[in-house]
Amino acid sequence: MAQSLGAPVLRKEDPALLSGRGRYADDLPVPAGTLHAHVLRSPHAHARIVGINPTEALAQDGVWAVITGEEVRRLSDPFLIALKAPIDQWSLAVERVRYVGEPVALVVAESRYLAEDAGELVRIDYEPLPAVIDPRAACDPSGPLLHAQAKSNEISVRRFSYGDCNRAFEAAHARVALSCDYPRNSFTPMECYVVVAEYRASDDSYDVMANFQGPFSTHPVMARALRVPGPKLRLRIPPDSGGSFGIKLSVFPYIVLAALAARITGQPIKWVEDRLEHLLAASSGPNRITEIEAAVAKDGRILALRLDQLEDYGAFLRAPMPGPLYRMHGAITGAYDIANVEVVNRVVLTNKMPASLIRGFGGPQLYLALERLVQRIAIELKLDHLEVIKRNLIPKEKFPYRAAAGALYDSGDYLRAVEAATGGGRLDELKRRRDAARAAGRHYGIGFAAVVEPGMSNMGYLSTLLTPQAREKAGPKNGAASMVTVNVDPLGAVSVTADVTVQGQGHQTVLSQIVADRLGLDPADVNVVLEMDTAKDQWSIAAGTYSCRFTPGTAVAAHLAAERMADKLKAIAAKQLNVLPEDVELAGGRIRSRSNPDNSLPFARVAGTSHWSPAMLPEGMAPALRETAVWSPPELEPPSSDDRINTSLTYGFVFDMCGVEIDPLSYQVRVDRYVSMHDAGRLLNPMIANGQMRGAFVQGIAAALYEEFVYDEAGQFLTGTFADYLVPTVAEIPAVEMLHQETPSPLTPLGAKGLAEGNCMSVPSCIANAIADALGVRDIALPATPRRIHALIAGAEEIPPVDAAARVPEAAR
Amino acid sequence: MRCVKRGERVRLSLTLNGRKLSGEAEPRMLLSDFLRHVLGATGTHVGCEHGVCGCCTVLVDGAAVRSCLTLAVQAEGKAVTTVESLARPDGTLNPLQQAFQNNHALQCGFCTPGILMSFTDFLQRNPAPSEAEVMEVLSGHLCRCTGYAGIVAAVLEAANNRNQP
Repeated sequence: MAQSLGAPVLRKEDPALLSGRGRYADDLPVPAGTLHAHVLRSPHAHARIVGINPTEALAQDGVWAVITGEEVRRLSDPFLIALKAPIDQWSLAVERVRYVGEPVALVVAESRYLAEDAGELVRIDYEPLPAVIDPRAACDPSGPLLHAQAKSNEISVRRFSYGDCNRAFEAAHARVALSCDYPRNSFTPMECYVVVAEYRASDDSYDVMANFQGPFSTHPVMARALRVPGPKLRLRIPPDSGGSFGIKLSVFPYIVLAALAARITGQPIKWVEDRLEHLLAASSGPNRITEIEAAVAKDGRILALRLDQLEDYGAFLRAPMPGPLYRMHGAITGAYDIANVEVVNRVVLTNKMPASLIRGFGGPQLYLALERLVQRIAIELKLDHLEVIKRNLIPKEKFPYRAAAGALYDSGDYLRAVEAATGGGRLDELKRRRDAARAAGRHYGIGFAAVVEPGMSNMGYLSTLLTPQAREKAGPKNGAASMVTVNVDPLGAVSVTADVTVQGQGHQTVLSQIVADRLGLDPADVNVVLEMDTAKDQWSIAAGTYSCRFTPGTAVAAHLAAERMADKLKAIAAKQLNVLPEDVELAGGRIRSRSNPDNSLPFARVAGTSHWSPAMLPEGMAPALRETAVWSPPELEPPSSDDRINTSLTYGFVFDMCGVEIDPLSYQVRVDRYVSMHDAGRLLNPMIANGQMRGAFVQGIAAALYEEFVYDEAGQFLTGTFADYLVPTVAEIPAVEMLHQETPSPLTPLGAKGLAEGNCMSVPSCIANAIADALGVRDIALPATPRRIHALIAGAEEIPPVDAAARVPEAAR
Repeated sequence: MRCVKRGERVRLSLTLNGRKLSGEAEPRMLLSDFLRHVLGATGTHVGCEHGVCGCCTVLVDGAAVRSCLTLAVQAEGKAVTTVESLARPDGTLNPLQQAFQNNHALQCGFCTPGILMSFTDFLQRNPAPSEAEVMEVLSGHLCRCTGYAGIVAAVLEAANNRNQP
């Protein structure tokens, strides 16, 4: 059997999904007597709840309950958060609402149709309060305050210093500064949230099925809120999930809400989020304002970097926020060799939906500022942009490379990747197209972006949020455990369970490749079961699929578990083949002597021995075949006392180059050419890897040009349907040339790195750079919609005088 | 035409994937809900319920429709075809489905049933489409995972294979 790892093995998942036989959360049967819930939501951005009158609703046939924040407060505790700050949040609003769409009451009825009918009869009185939407305004102490006890909306400020910035700035040839705003958006999985919850009074436990994605560090948060120990919140995750991209972490408040509703009514409760609710209140990436400044040498070398990052998390800080502000922290210098860095991280709350996990997770925000700054350095120093990138890239000889803020970059050859992407005539052609367009009077620009893509987060990175003293007190946090179990049954059938959640990444396929290769089988012979049951499956707080942890984490655990299984089978077979274990190999469904392949046994026969004839096993060996491996790489150390943190295990590299043209009539940005070069170490399944990269690329395009959650000044939400929130269709997606190089990671046994987020990080900055180049402007707001581009070209539009209507000719009225 | 009162539950009959079935529904029940929750045909997915995403696309008398914008009562007596009908009873994928697998045209698979049904209709009417025509039909669907390229390639591959002598 040839190695299947590295081959584009077709997906095991597909036949069921293509035949309508998927098992998504809303497809699964529910217990008899299940009631259906409908969430009533705040129409105000900020208001006091004066009263909730459910009388009329409760009088309707089929209506069981109207649950309010007061009952939720009585039966549950506020969610734990990463900061010691009095920002209490329950699964329903208590006393106040703080964003449009915040859950205020839950109507429970025999059907969803009845629950929604009854919802219209619940009378909720509000006393509106002034709202604050703009993150800068929210930092003004004289403005509206979201959480009175927190005393400020700016709930965390931390300053970090690495190297000697002051000296570098004083000695620098020049300083280049830029201010950058990253907008709010989401990647709206096509399947919304689903929760089915039961309460068992007999042992005060909850049994919940939900399309939760992890991280499972949120499981204790839910259990604590429900006032039960972990095992009494049994969480089951279905075999299929309709996409997630980080968003389905934020189903967790609804898991608690449905669990409480089950307890209150004594019946199982089902809640399915609809799309309007999802857009309004499910989750968003955080918007960030970055003030960034570089001290540079005459040749464009960056000597020092200062960043002031103000990140807006909306109305509440939900666990594990403010992750995006810290996930990139160790790698804040990106792909560049910069010794001196100062960072100020600020967390602010505003009257918007709470922000949380979203693919890219802090990367897009960082790189928009950093990569735009590198272009500004080139412009202000009258240098070539690409040349400035190259001069600052970390040279190959320096790997493994310890970045200023603590990241340990495992491997890379950045310059080679850049040369390959810009070579082959690609950049020359872009320049030709640009020159021709410009000669014809059109706006055409070229953009570049170089980003480092982290894979598998150090569970301790978020504690960088705390001061070293507070960390000392709380106990060190670090590491990231991954767990996989390989099982071989008495007939030799292999099955695998793992600590990931399925969202479409093809985990079943890749795990089957890894295990099959170790056991000398075909991937088709390996059954991978990834539905999760927290009561019975192996998991740790790091479990789930997020932050590209599959390849550097779970895949390695699968490799180790399969290797142990192989070793055990070799030892059993050695005895039966009468050879030494070192001489045994597993290949082609047989277990045989390496030196004399004719001396062999079928795989199933050896497996059967372990189950049926323990007496025949080598002395001291335990019978049965079940191996669980835990992978926890030592490089994921806690933050040091001087705040250096290795935020992730692997660090891939992405270099993007594009040409864009502005349509002179519609002001649309047309991406003319896009080239994206990746180095994610060894690719386990290039077909799936390409699918992940292309998916990330399209989401990057979406963030750059189309998608934005828009609020007006009063906090009303303006993008509440798919007609307002513009998810790109095939017609909006440009062609992309994907290139790869493989610099294996020395820190993972498979040499592979995380790879599914890089283009989410690189594309917005690359496109912004190209637009800036096309228009010769400094400030680019994303998404670069025709309205914004028009404003850049035409200048601010004059507001018509108020009496304009009076001057409309009589005949035209 | 039968007259039904608001709130009244009526028994509807339709042909689903060649089999005559019936079930009860209020007049306001959506066809998507009727298929999924009354008839148990959960292969048809609901992604937006406002007619944009295309996940819920099914064929009614051979023509692709959004089942979230169709009332169940509108399908009475009609032939409804869903994704469950595409593979052979032994599970063998049809050429369009197989082309989707070959081209990695799906990841989470949630939008896929609607896309398959749109192209089942489309390829019957236009067996040899151009890439631009495929893209035009596909632009009626949202997919968040794949970036669409694999889907376009899959439909073209299926059309090509079907047109091979």
